[in-house]
Amino acid sequence: MSITTSTSHPQRNALRWAISDILTMARRNLLALFRIPTALVFAVIQPVMFVLLFRYVFGGEIHITGLNYVNYLIPGILVQTTIFGAVGTAIGLAEDLQRGLIERFRALPMARMAVLGGRTVSDLARNVLVVVVITGVGLMVGFRPHGGIVAIVQASLLMLLFAYCLSWGFAYVGLAAPNSETAQAMTFPLIFPLTFASAVFVQVSTMPWWLRPFANNQPVTQAADAVRGLMLGKPHGASTWITMLWSLGAIAVLGPLATRRYRRVT
Amino acid sequence: MSDFAVEALNIVRTFKDGEVHALDDVTLHVPRSEVFGLLGPNGSGKTTMIRILSTILAPTSGVAIVNGYDVVKQPDHVRRSIGLAGQFATVDENLTGFENLRMVGLLNHLEKSYVVKRSQELLERFGLSDAANRTCKTYSGGMRRRLDLAAALVANPPLLFLDEPTTGLDPQSRQDLWAIIEGLVEGGTSVLLTTQYLEEADRLCKQLVVIDHGKIIAEGTSGELKSRLGNTVLSLSFASTDDARRAGELLHDVSSTPANVDGTVVEFTVENGPAAAADALRRLSVPDITVTGLALREPSLDDVFLSLTGHKAEDESATPDEGEPKGRRARKVRS
Repeated sequence: MSITTSTSHPQRNALRWAISDILTMARRNLLALFRIPTALVFAVIQPVMFVLLFRYVFGGEIHITGLNYVNYLIPGILVQTTIFGAVGTAIGLAEDLQRGLIERFRALPMARMAVLGGRTVSDLARNVLVVVVITGVGLMVGFRPHGGIVAIVQASLLMLLFAYCLSWGFAYVGLAAPNSETAQAMTFPLIFPLTFASAVFVQVSTMPWWLRPFANNQPVTQAADAVRGLMLGKPHGASTWITMLWSLGAIAVLGPLATRRYRRVT
Repeated sequence: MSDFAVEALNIVRTFKDGEVHALDDVTLHVPRSEVFGLLGPNGSGKTTMIRILSTILAPTSGVAIVNGYDVVKQPDHVRRSIGLAGQFATVDENLTGFENLRMVGLLNHLEKSYVVKRSQELLERFGLSDAANRTCKTYSGGMRRRLDLAAALVANPPLLFLDEPTTGLDPQSRQDLWAIIEGLVEGGTSVLLTTQYLEEADRLCKQLVVIDHGKIIAEGTSGELKSRLGNTVLSLSFASTDDARRAGELLHDVSSTPANVDGTVVEFTVENGPAAAADALRRLSVPDITVTGLALREPSLDDVFLSLTGHKAEDESATPDEGEPKGRRARKVRS
């Protein structure tokens, strides 16, 4: 009475099934994203508001040496937004846990990695959408990237990689939080210093002396410098390589941490 | 292959570093192609047992063989041979009914075309065709349970775990689910069902195990359990607690099990209700005891518990569910 495909399960197919399971889970998460208006507002509308706020409200007071502020701002906001997107990873996992869905998934013969893999992949897909939207809005408000299309694609891939690797840390937070509200609250002390005490919105040289060592050397500043340099076609030192190192380091540490946490929660 | 759908031997599960014994040396033999009942109050360890048998939770000690596979050593084989549904009806609220079933089918690694066909067939069978393309947020409690059960059936597993499938449902939805479960067993499916309701166990289960504080306190067919219990409960109420206490003493030999004195109410489980009632009233016609009410009723789970353990089933509901850390439990579905 059972179906043949459910019983025949050769080992060589394991990878194929893992990918299939990750895509099934990612698709499920994306369907939910488009059905919950608040989630979509959080993902897309909020960063657009940030662009308008800094371009037209605060921007007049911010002066960048040798650069129009809008050209400084948009690459920074792109980096900030993709990192903010990782909060969704934490919230989504905490919600699944709270609703008992993760418990249900654990009783299915799916790949063990698929819950975390599917979540981080769907958040990556959402980030692709967000990068396209923000770049489009940026162009409308005067952003002029002179780096050329190849460099813009490179910059986009770099920040998507950076945000993806970081999202594994947020996956850990989501699995450690008792509910989605707490998960969201727990991410703020991480997100705020990283994105605001950085070269995302203003130059680090304008900050007080005690903040500069942190702001100069933390990964988000490196990512913002790299993305900005690539998009504007300006020299940006080793920041691309440093960002890639940070990304790989983050996933090497946070990936196993989140995976271990996932195995423990029941 | 083993003769049993489930063989669980000496299962122990502790929480909080051994302080809480959720399961204490439980042994179960669940036969194939019938409904086996695990009866007990909240916090007795029923859900912990289901979680261990469905590979969600590892036992602290003991061996569990499900469909011939060891839950600890061959969890993937176990997962491919079981379906799990229960009181929390863990369907994805943001997906439609159809999408929920398709997701579970694909995660069971079934052919895509088969999953679509099977999902539609199950939605039809469980009266959810009209709601198939609505998100589950809009579903009633009964609809969620049916969809949850349908999800457990997508891969056609030979064994189903149903964790309190009708808790919180209205009588009609409960009847509907019972009929569905009976139909499945007729088709050869084995079912391990947990419940708090004696009525449900009586209707569905051939064999039963009664569990309390993580220990098995009785087992047998529901008929055997009932006959141990007496067939009827005789309930008498009095004008004062003092009257009730004295009546309890006066009538101590009416039942083979001790009387349950609760405030002004005294209850006995008896073999022959009307005869016992007449006898009791005759013996209570003394001037200083005032009887204010008399009722005969079917025994409930409370009565089973009272007669088997000497304490009431509700006493448990105040303790944290299954003794597990709070805050990680699935939220109860409004129904």
